[in-house]
Amino acid sequence: MKEYRGLLVALGVMALLAPIGLYLPQIMKAGAAWGEWGILEVRKMVGYAPAGMEKAAEPWKAPIPDYAPSGRENASIPEQGLHYLLSAFLGIVACGGGAYLLARWLTRRGSPPADRRQ
Amino acid sequence: MHIPDGYLGPPTYIATYAVCAPLWGVAARKVRESLHSRRVPLLAISAAFSFLVMMFNVPLPGGSTGHAVGGVLIAISVGPWGAMLSISIALVIQALLFGDGGITAIGANCLNIAFVMPFAGYYTYRLLSRALSSERGRVLAAGIGGYVGLNAAAFTTAVMFGIQPLLHTSPDGRALYAPYPLSVAVHAMMLQHMIVIGTIEALVTGLAVHYLRRSRSAWVLDPPESGSSR
Repeated sequence: MKEYRGLLVALGVMALLAPIGLYLPQIMKAGAAWGEWGILEVRKMVGYAPAGMEKAAEPWKAPIPDYAPSGRENASIPEQGLHYLLSAFLGIVACGGGAYLLARWLTRRGSPPADRRQ
Repeated sequence: MHIPDGYLGPPTYIATYAVCAPLWGVAARKVRESLHSRRVPLLAISAAFSFLVMMFNVPLPGGSTGHAVGGVLIAISVGPWGAMLSISIALVIQALLFGDGGITAIGANCLNIAFVMPFAGYYTYRLLSRALSSERGRVLAAGIGGYVGLNAAAFTTAVMFGIQPLLHTSPDGRALYAPYPLSVAVHAMMLQHMIVIGTIEALVTGLAVHYLRRSRSAWVLDPPESGSSR
């Protein structure tokens, strides 16, 4: 793992800096990305809530919506930053862990593709 | 660039899942055949890296935001198929855990961000590297690759948004899903991404290649063993 140390440190530094990505848009009063508005915003923009969109919105309740525990969307600004920071580290673990397991599983079974069917 | 639930009608999101599924299969096969087991952690680092890059939202003129992806840098390191797998994992985690991007739109988002972007950017980089083989040339090629990759993804995303009113409009003229027509969607998305976000992606890609090539981690950018890039 020694050769990966530099890269892991870089990921850690990125995670520590992640709250910039939360605060900078807040300071500049920027809203959602184009095409990622909530249904209320869409209604405000086009004058009605598209029927299909209204029905299809939120088929899934994410446990940490928008990188903050649900119910804590209106937390104080430092707390929001902390949530964002913790989400960044959780993301490293979840993405890194998921990709590692998948890649190990893929590479372990079969350097020669002979064992594959078809 | 993360399409939420409710923006794409069922025909579109089912079609994108249908297109993505075999591509995931090919990506898995390519990674299995060509990824050296010592480079396995690199795939994990790539997934975490793109997750983090996408957290850096940048305010844009007009009151919206955007973010880079890091997808072309990843493709340069682990090949475009490896990039497809690692970025797909980041997108799935974002959707399931953080509600960033819709569940129904995972196929669409993976197609745009995990497939179109790394492939468009990687082959731009490869093509340019032939002519620009100097140290500076490689950095420039990587930067341009990042720019092209990100904008290609923004374009296909905009098209998916923009075809919705064509496919789904009720008799009273109201859109059922994403409400803006192709011209508006493409114009808005491409303006933002061609001017601001694409430039950021180019800088991130170019600077990372610049520093990595000088560092002890330069092996990260070694072209993966022959055959793996395809």
